[in-house]
Amino acid sequence: MFNQLTEKFGVIFKKLSGRGKLTEENVREALAEVRRALLEADVNYKVVKDFLADVETKALGAEVLSSIQPGQLFVKIVYDSLVELLGKNAELIKTAGAPPTMIMAVGLQGSGKTTFCGKLALQYKNKGKRVWLAACDTQRPAAREQLKILGDSVGVKTHLAGEDAVAGALEARQRSLEDGADFLIIDTAGRLHIDEELMNELAKMKTKLKPTEILLVLDAMTGQDAVNVATQFHQKLGLDGLVLTKLDGDARGGAALSVRKVTGVPIKLAGVGEKLADLEPFYPDRMASRILGMGDIVGLVEKAQEAFSQEKAEELAERLRKKSFTLEDFRQQLLEVKKMGPLDSLAGKLPAAFSRGMEAGFDENGLKHTEAMLSSMTPTEREKPHIIDGSRRRRIAKGSGTSVQEVNQLLRQFEQMAKMMKSVSKMGKFKADLLGRLGRF
Amino acid sequence: MGFSFEKLKAGLTKTRQSFFGKVREVLGVGGLDEATLSRLEEILVGSDLGVATAERVLSHLKEETQRSGIARDREQVLSLLKSEIKSIVVDNGSPGDFEESLFAQKPSVVLVLGVNGTGKTTSIGKLARRFAGSGKKVLVAASDTFRAAAIEQLELWAKRSGADFVKAASGQDPASVAFDAVSAAQKRGTDIVLVDTAGRLHTKTNLMEELKKVKRVIGKALPGAPHEVWLVLDATVGQNGLLQAKTFHQDLGVTGVVLTKLDGTAKGGIVLAIASELGVKVRYIGIGEKLEDLELFDPEDFVEALFA
Repeated sequence: MFNQLTEKFGVIFKKLSGRGKLTEENVREALAEVRRALLEADVNYKVVKDFLADVETKALGAEVLSSIQPGQLFVKIVYDSLVELLGKNAELIKTAGAPPTMIMAVGLQGSGKTTFCGKLALQYKNKGKRVWLAACDTQRPAAREQLKILGDSVGVKTHLAGEDAVAGALEARQRSLEDGADFLIIDTAGRLHIDEELMNELAKMKTKLKPTEILLVLDAMTGQDAVNVATQFHQKLGLDGLVLTKLDGDARGGAALSVRKVTGVPIKLAGVGEKLADLEPFYPDRMASRILGMGDIVGLVEKAQEAFSQEKAEELAERLRKKSFTLEDFRQQLLEVKKMGPLDSLAGKLPAAFSRGMEAGFDENGLKHTEAMLSSMTPTEREKPHIIDGSRRRRIAKGSGTSVQEVNQLLRQFEQMAKMMKSVSKMGKFKADLLGRLGRF
Repeated sequence: MGFSFEKLKAGLTKTRQSFFGKVREVLGVGGLDEATLSRLEEILVGSDLGVATAERVLSHLKEETQRSGIARDREQVLSLLKSEIKSIVVDNGSPGDFEESLFAQKPSVVLVLGVNGTGKTTSIGKLARRFAGSGKKVLVAASDTFRAAAIEQLELWAKRSGADFVKAASGQDPASVAFDAVSAAQKRGTDIVLVDTAGRLHTKTNLMEELKKVKRVIGKALPGAPHEVWLVLDATVGQNGLLQAKTFHQDLGVTGVVLTKLDGTAKGGIVLAIASELGVKVRYIGIGEKLEDLELFDPEDFVEALFA
């Protein structure tokens, strides 16, 4: 999607050919593409409208620097606006002046409240805190048992409410206070935002318990209705933060943007898996990428970070700075890339500008040949490719069981790549950021 | 059907207007012009149909109205739009016809699946109640051996609905639970077996493989089973619902959808995209937390609610 977007922007802004300012006509056209992308990511259509108006203002007349293309500039404006809207920095959960810090999890049925409570308990416990759980979901059968099992596996105490959820929460506060707890995490029953009776129950719990934080737990897969849900919960309870769950799926998560926009409440945490340790701080920049359809890049970066050893990446970066990218670097890169898994899936994950240059060199079938050819070169040849003449090419072909044509092709590809590396190092900050994230590819 | 519509209606917001009321307002006096089309698109996209499906519906509507020269006739545009949408979700025959074929064999096995938190276990409780209420002998199999207390939750529902219950020992392989349940059903003269499974994101390959195994093993216990594979979908889900349906359908051959949580303000419009792309229709809707809050899907009501 991001590739598509970037390409579409490229076409739309082609006429500007890297100079001057973005024009009204171009911007309108590009905005229509952004609109579609955002709607497909489940951003609420009203929020999309406001967002586009904001981007339009920023984009109109924006100076196009000679170093970047107008299409890239537009992506940057959209991306930056998204990040800004999502909240620049990850915000944390407040702690109370006098313990225990009380955190109340609320939300619709099935959003993942109970699992979240277990995960949060583990996180605090791992920091050496004394944690209590309060099982106040008196609606769903066996919900309290579920939390108790989670609490036991984390190794924290769980108070089980009776039939009255509010009374249960108050008892839990008392017990955790007496036990000298640092944190009390309260699980509540899932409820519809239009269920007046149950919403009143939460309001009552808030008044009596005076929790430090009330967090709305929201499924990342939620569609257009997220706005209604969040608005109602916020009006009734005054939310302190949002928790986005099930981000380990392939939902683009536009609901996060909608909810953030209509409530202004910061997104604080993200659930990224079924295991209790799978809870992370919320990263607005990652979320912006994901909503724009760059989600795969984030995954790729993580994969790359796992596979690439930091040291080698730094070495390469150093060489890139000196603009001395050699066949030896190319070989090292190939070896590192191999650790990342099937290459065809990889090419698809790269932004268009990269994949075009890479596909030629990283064709899965050709990879083994490429590696063999590189290995058949002497270290000197790899460091100084320009010395590879006709007779050296014949020797390399023979040594690797390939043909001279293939060796020629490889050297041509390498040249292209070296050129790309150079142009990349000249590109604007946005590209450089991306590059850095790609394990300094 | 009047009763069910009333109930659905009661769950919706107070500002509810009928399909015709709302669309009439949008159409104004000018009929179908560009501004109206874009407002209609907002309504459809706002109901989670997705941009592509909304565009398809509206471009077809535009063509048809122009072709037949009714673009300025509000009433005719209205009924055309309505039948346009209905044609996507509607099944041959009346709602519930499939229930007859469901009980054509004995026992009939239904595999129930979906991502986490859509309401699988609750829906199974409601289905058990529905079938037991019509005099069928129902057996519920607790194959969700992953989520803490899922088995206890289902056991309570089974008890309340008067269904038989087969459960796993903790950590038992879900496929073997399903096998035991189907075998037991054959011996006990059960009419229908409902197999609950652990929620899983469709992107988790290993968990999808586990599900395929459950399906295979059911087929070993009783050739031809499972007879139905139902995907439980949360009405609040957005465009990811289509990806879910596609993957589950591709891997397990989904035969129907149970659309849950329609008692909120979400419209569940994604089922239109699913029906039009995969041909998989909605069977039941969930409209509340009580055991009896499950009904057959009615296309007419659904279309009404989209524009409510």
